[in-house]
Amino acid sequence: MTTTTPHFELDPRALRHLADAQVNVELDTGDMVLNLGPQHPATHGTLRLVVRLDGERVVAADPVIGYMHRGYEKLTEFRTYPQVTTLINRIDWLSSFANEVPFIWAAELLMEIEAPPRAQWIRTLLTELSRIATIYLFLGEMGLQVGALTPAFWAFRDRELVLNLIEAATGGRFHPNFNRIGGLKDDLPWGWIAECRRAMRRILDGCDDFEDVLVGNEIFEARTRGVGIIPAELGAAYGVSGANLRASGVDWDLRRDGRPYLAYPELDFKVWTHPDGDSFARYWVRLQETRESARMVLQLLDGLPSGPIMAKVPRIIKVPEGECWVETENPLGQMGYYVISKGATGPFRVKIRSASFSNVSILPWLLRGVYVPDVITILASLYFILGDIDR
Amino acid sequence: MPEDPTATDATPTGPGERAGGRDAPDPRGAALLDALVARLGDGIIESAFACGTPVVRVRREAWRRAAEVAKHDLACDYLSFISGIDWQPAPRPAGDDSGDTSAPVQPTEMTFGAAGGAGRFQVFAHVSSTARHHGLTLKVDVDEDEMRVPSWVPVYAGADWHERECWEMFGVVFDGHPSLRRLYLPAEFEGHPLRKDFPLLAREVKPWPGLVDVEGMPGEATEATEATEATEVSPG
Repeated sequence: MTTTTPHFELDPRALRHLADAQVNVELDTGDMVLNLGPQHPATHGTLRLVVRLDGERVVAADPVIGYMHRGYEKLTEFRTYPQVTTLINRIDWLSSFANEVPFIWAAELLMEIEAPPRAQWIRTLLTELSRIATIYLFLGEMGLQVGALTPAFWAFRDRELVLNLIEAATGGRFHPNFNRIGGLKDDLPWGWIAECRRAMRRILDGCDDFEDVLVGNEIFEARTRGVGIIPAELGAAYGVSGANLRASGVDWDLRRDGRPYLAYPELDFKVWTHPDGDSFARYWVRLQETRESARMVLQLLDGLPSGPIMAKVPRIIKVPEGECWVETENPLGQMGYYVISKGATGPFRVKIRSASFSNVSILPWLLRGVYVPDVITILASLYFILGDIDR
Repeated sequence: MPEDPTATDATPTGPGERAGGRDAPDPRGAALLDALVARLGDGIIESAFACGTPVVRVRREAWRRAAEVAKHDLACDYLSFISGIDWQPAPRPAGDDSGDTSAPVQPTEMTFGAAGGAGRFQVFAHVSSTARHHGLTLKVDVDEDEMRVPSWVPVYAGADWHERECWEMFGVVFDGHPSLRRLYLPAEFEGHPLRKDFPLLAREVKPWPGLVDVEGMPGEATEATEATEATEVSPG
């Protein structure tokens, strides 16, 4: 198992210019338009990519989104605060619990109530578990995109353990709807903590397996190193966030650097970055983050405080007039809600800032000049969920 | 009866009215705000704090400049989002008891949020710094007759999709945007769905069945009615 940071020597900007030059200088062979999607398996849903090709090279790529647009920002205006969590569960459906947390937090900030410590710790636990469930799938699926079948099966096998834990605690595998304004619906069931420890040991072992099989693999490195490089400044200007930005060397994690939330200030964890910004770096950073999350879960289990899980909250929730911006570090990147309240039982306007939307918005720039097979690995390495793009 | 929140709310809890409370200035945000005021000067109309985040309303002429200052002078290199707000309350055509009575009742007068407003529409954006870990919300009023705002694409590349979304959802035109075309909606779609006067047709045609779900067992109907603030639950 290697823990040293691999380093790639090429300046990303130089490589970008190289690609541009080659596209423009070569003899004009007539462009071909290729439609990837909306049902292409590599797009994980209904993303359509209109790609103009010159031979094997991409001249221009235009993502067409909105096949799954459900209008959640409009729908929130017709629901009460507790009802909104049902909707936002379905934004990033692989890590639904992590979606609920920032919205509930915004409502709590506006109402000036705080969930008791035990509720905060259990929220942190379940957020980290959804992070593991989400990213673990990526670790396997990325192998699938370069032709390795085995990691995908491992990922589904071990993710099941985490989903079982989430189901045991919340009652829902994908849509827990477990957060309440002021706390949580229930406490953890008996035996859950021991079960969780066992699962985390399995996840840590699984991460070692992924590292052994993929990270040192010649084919995997050939397909991902130097492919799809995102320069740090441009990534930030596009709003690319999470592991995608940390893989470009930006040391920014809202769990550590944002406004303190949940139990994160009390945890000891490392934020992993990688200087290269290519597909390989994104894989490597996510692999380390999954390990870090598993270690955080173990820390949380050790320090779980006792006490109530609900604060005193009025029976009918009315959020006082005001507005609030919250952002949290979700598995796919920065998730934010701008909640505007006018003192009613439901929000006046909610702006949902989802991570994948911005992560994918860089595609027209990122795909220019790459080869067709690399399009697939770049898409996979950005790791987006369609519900998180379309909302 | 649906309650009118403005009538029942005895203590005014508007933004900035509680000293040291929720919307109290935050020292780091205040320093950020000072730096912005020093560079934009007259471009700023009003500023406030909303749950610890500085909110600044700038003049339309200063909208692009505000982005440049935020990015280059205040190290806000990261664009979170750009979107719009329609401050006009959704119309209730024939009084409070008509149409979809299960939706939360909002105030009927037009009021503005943090840093105020002028007119119905606003465009707002949030930018933050990946190095210094601070953030800033910027707002600009949109003239309802003109509906134009300068684009941020030359400053933040990621403004492209956000502005396309804002254009189709609110009808705000971004001057200088390279290709303002639809993002989510089909080409033949008419109207701007996130405007408050755009009805949620599903609810207009058939009222939300949520009330049916909580209808109590025989004999418990009163309690269930009270808990959900239902207007009238028919005994079935």
